Amino acid sequence: MKRYLLIAAAVSILALLPLFLVPVYYLHLLILVLIWSFIGTSWSLMGKFGIVSLGHGAFLGIGVYATTVLWNFQGLTPWIGIPIGIALALLLALLIGYPAFRFRVVGHYFALITLALGEVVRLSIIAARNITGGSLGMTPDRVQPPTDVSWYALQFSDKRYFYVIALLCWLGALLIWRWVNRSMTRPALEAISEDEVAAASMGIHVTSHKLRITLLSAGMTALGGILLGLYNQYLNPSSLSGISISLEIVFLSIVGGMYSMLGPTIGAIITIVFRESLRTYFGVSLAGMSESIYGLLLIVSIIFMPRGIYGAVETWLKREPPPSTSAGADPDPDPSS
Amino acid sequence: MLKLTDISAGYGAFQALWGINLEVKTGEAVAVVGPNGAGKTTLLRVISGQIAPISGQIIFEERNLKDLAPHQFVEEGIAHCPENRRLFPKLTVEENLKMGAFIPSARNDYANRLIWVYQLFPQMLERRHQLAGTLSGGEQQMVAIGRALMSKPKLLLLDEPSAGLAPVIVMHVFDLVRRIREEGFTVLIVEQNIQQVLELVDRAYLLEVGTVKLDGTAEELKNNEFLRQAYMGL
Repeated sequence: MKRYLLIAAAVSILALLPLFLVPVYYLHLLILVLIWSFIGTSWSLMGKFGIVSLGHGAFLGIGVYATTVLWNFQGLTPWIGIPIGIALALLLALLIGYPAFRFRVVGHYFALITLALGEVVRLSIIAARNITGGSLGMTPDRVQPPTDVSWYALQFSDKRYFYVIALLCWLGALLIWRWVNRSMTRPALEAISEDEVAAASMGIHVTSHKLRITLLSAGMTALGGILLGLYNQYLNPSSLSGISISLEIVFLSIVGGMYSMLGPTIGAIITIVFRESLRTYFGVSLAGMSESIYGLLLIVSIIFMPRGIYGAVETWLKREPPPSTSAGADPDPDPSS
Repeated sequence: MLKLTDISAGYGAFQALWGINLEVKTGEAVAVVGPNGAGKTTLLRVISGQIAPISGQIIFEERNLKDLAPHQFVEEGIAHCPENRRLFPKLTVEENLKMGAFIPSARNDYANRLIWVYQLFPQMLERRHQLAGTLSGGEQQMVAIGRALMSKPKLLLLDEPSAGLAPVIVMHVFDLVRRIREEGFTVLIVEQNIQQVLELVDRAYLLEVGTVKLDGTAEELKNNEFLRQAYMGL
């Protein structure tokens, strides 16, 4: 009960935050943190079961480009464009996932396939420069006649609208995480990640379980990409698809801790706050310095905190005195963490 | 209960089984014995649906299992306790057992089955929160058998339960199998430990390079001159 009160309090503080005068720059950072937390959580849904995708940029890009192209050229409202974009991402995930899982492409090999996938989507976006603007990127057309708040085009000049939308999506992702954790999907996928043959001989349909979590993750990632595009009102192939952005998703999840519900969120907070402060501190004076420090910290954190920052804190908090030998009734570990 | 007719199977271009006929009746314990590479494990994999036979028929409880997917074999009532145990090392003993009751029909009855398995193997109760990977070989074998029993199968397939265990532990594991028999399970067991397994079962098949070389009751095989000379050194 106390726990639920605490959660309710935290959520209402977050929801009421924009009512107070938060400087626009910090609101901007908050929105970015929420969207990237959403994307990181989506990736971790797969990643924590050992299905490592290095190509989530593919889903990020395909969803947002589909939505924007439909808006710019067909005048189709994002309310229809978003489901279409997500459906395309799901189709792509199915095309890659089904054969890969059916023929037991696991571990490094699966990671390599997805790595290529991200690049293929990026290059395809660049190649279709007639409609996507190629590597220069594209801007969603302004809704006509221009208004400050357009629910039809999902264009808002006030950042607070996006803050609430991003907050709702992020909360939704956490609920999905919890739901997966409490369903039979979690033990099934844990078993699959340890030993696919043994899992199959328990009566677990390996391909279908892996495929379902992959589709869930891909669809959510596509929605995350769409949020980014709608918020920034600017699309660029290398910041939405391709290797660098795909790895960015992986890094923030690993740094935060992909095994915990709030891990990717912590990862997003740390990476974004950190990169922003390094960027403002160094500015243009030492080109590449902020990236170098960022990379170095990444290496250090992965070596010393393999379960991520949140995971490390969690382990430290859960330290127990050495277990006694008697088999008593000891409480099950919290399934939601 | 189980009837294999003219089963051939293999891996890609390599054929491991050539026209196997085998039958297990309800309540029986049957052993498949033979040297390395005879195709014993392949045979069990065919029966549990992990590899599809090239030709031949598998009839289980009057149903042809030919076109079923591997996970559906468990639902039909065939539990496979695979070679080398194949536990989930990073899950606890209890979580491993829980995985055994994964299929929907077993899930509802999970709590009762767990109690029942713990009654069968009281040692498991003491170890229930220990990671399966940290158990000794004999204990791991127990968990593997317990896990297979969690789906309350009609037919239990055991693949070399004695492999890699010390002689005294092997005796212990065979005792367990005997108790499972007494509980009324039908058991098909693959073993290299011919002498000991013949004490346990009603009938046995001798497999050599993918074909059935001999079959008969345990008594018959124990007194078979060829088997005694070639496999028991008597």
